[in-house]
Amino acid sequence: MEKIYSRPESLRSAPTHYCAGCGHGTAHRLIAEIVDELGIREKTIGVAPVGCAVIAYDYWNFDCSEAAHGRAMAVATGIKRVGPDKVVFTYQGDGDLAAIGTNETIHTANRGENITVIFINNAIYGMTGGQMAPTTLLGQKTATTPKGREYAAEGYPLKISEMLALLPQVKYIERVSLHSPQETMKAKNAIRTAFQNQIDHIGFSLVEILSPCPTYWGLTPKEALDWIRDTMAKEFPLGRIK
Amino acid sequence: MNNKVLMSGNEAIARGAIDAGCRFYAGYPITPQNELTAYMALHMPQEGGVFIQAESELAAINMVYGASAAGARAMTSSSSPGISLKQEGISYIAGARLPAVIVNMMRGGPGLGNIWPAQSDYFQATRGGGHGDYRCIVLAPSTVQEAYGFTRFAFSAADQYRNPVIILGDGMLGQMMEPLQLSDKALLKTENRQLKTKKWALTGCKGRKPNIVKSFYMAEGDLEKANLALQKKYRAIQEKEERFESIFLEDARVVLAAYGTMARIAKGAVVELRKRGKKAGLIRPITLWPFPRKAFQGLLRTHRRAKLLVVEMSYGQMVEDVKLALECKLPVEFLGRSGGGVPAEAEIIKEVNRLIR
Repeated sequence: MEKIYSRPESLRSAPTHYCAGCGHGTAHRLIAEIVDELGIREKTIGVAPVGCAVIAYDYWNFDCSEAAHGRAMAVATGIKRVGPDKVVFTYQGDGDLAAIGTNETIHTANRGENITVIFINNAIYGMTGGQMAPTTLLGQKTATTPKGREYAAEGYPLKISEMLALLPQVKYIERVSLHSPQETMKAKNAIRTAFQNQIDHIGFSLVEILSPCPTYWGLTPKEALDWIRDTMAKEFPLGRIK
Repeated sequence: MNNKVLMSGNEAIARGAIDAGCRFYAGYPITPQNELTAYMALHMPQEGGVFIQAESELAAINMVYGASAAGARAMTSSSSPGISLKQEGISYIAGARLPAVIVNMMRGGPGLGNIWPAQSDYFQATRGGGHGDYRCIVLAPSTVQEAYGFTRFAFSAADQYRNPVIILGDGMLGQMMEPLQLSDKALLKTENRQLKTKKWALTGCKGRKPNIVKSFYMAEGDLEKANLALQKKYRAIQEKEERFESIFLEDARVVLAAYGTMARIAKGAVVELRKRGKKAGLIRPITLWPFPRKAFQGLLRTHRRAKLLVVEMSYGQMVEDVKLALECKLPVEFLGRSGGGVPAEAEIIKEVNRLIR
């Protein structure tokens, strides 16, 4: 019988530590599939963030570095400038990329570093126990917004992808989602584009992935996917931003 | 070939780094070290290296982390308030066992302080500075020539021990211009050829298992194991790398201890005191960590009636290391100013005369 589905070489055979229904496992796999399909595993260097995905290097089967919270793009800048022939990507959550690392995010994009950024937006801090993220929706209850996020005190959900689209050296930004198989396939295509851009020396490319966190949304895995479709994607519209 | 040039301490450090094979520099403007950044901006691209003016000190040190992880000799520089910002990255570099060179041309503090020379970051440099149980090798040049030479040594020490190395100077050394004998180009080429291949570096996993650069250890016992390995390395550094200079020590009744710019002034005072027949000597620590304990412990055998006078451009930071090295078995006095003031030769002479009486 012909085998039509198997683990990519870029993904190690290891059970992940993620919660049931978490999007990280899917996102890791999509990246691994693209790295395999593009034949770049032996020159890919990933930068893992601080957050739930900190040990992503235990799942990916290529060179990886950790970075301090928010500094993944600065670390990636150093790696890419030293090895311009390598394929360098960061994998960052919303707190990492859009709160503590906002400065690094804006300036790495503005310098037009030829790297790929995978931005996991789950509107929450997962690893620390479900606190408000910059992307938390208005009214969304978290450990630090027990009555729900209010714009008057906490501001609106930060649309960092739309902000980055203003920068002339940003070449590609697309927002995708993991809430259905169709959307997951679109996410994979976006990730392919973002990596291909780097290989083609086109420049800074970012894919924002709306990703479920059932544990800290207080939902079942199925409800979490529906919440992305019905609520989160209204605030963060899917599609090509730049 | 005569390679003598006139340079500031800041420029000499930049030149020393480039001559040592440093090919990645990221920095952020702060006085009094801007000449170093400007030198790198001009010369690094000419050498085929990378210069980046970072958006912050945090970004600069983390770019250095990345460049070092990718196998390059990498450096950043700043002055006191900027070095405080870099502590996060220095801790990660130490934890990930990456080589890197960090230059601190100290200015007055705390807070924004001022831009005058000071030595108030001694604790920060020698005790680790950031979070966690780690140490940086700390080198204290006192001349422009040493600024150049110590920087070159810093890169080989950083690689050898896979550890951050700090060049701890001050604004006066950074701004001061002195003649500098550059090393012969051919010698440098030979030295740099000997750069070892960094098998741990992130170069793509072609023909090998993936390399991981990290400082995170979640499984029970793993972090303790990693920390014990660091401690073993620090003991080896402590054993092998203590460096100091001493003058007029033989029959000294008062032994001065000073480093960097302060040691130059102390040296002047000792020479003047000797002319007047006063038995003063000087120990100048060159490595501040590892602190040259043996140099001071030797006094317990040979100078049992001597007094120590520690002179600093701070309010007594190195004085603690001197007391620790001596186990408080000799009297240790202190003379120091900071925040713009520098103890003058005359002040030191007066203090030594008081102690000798």
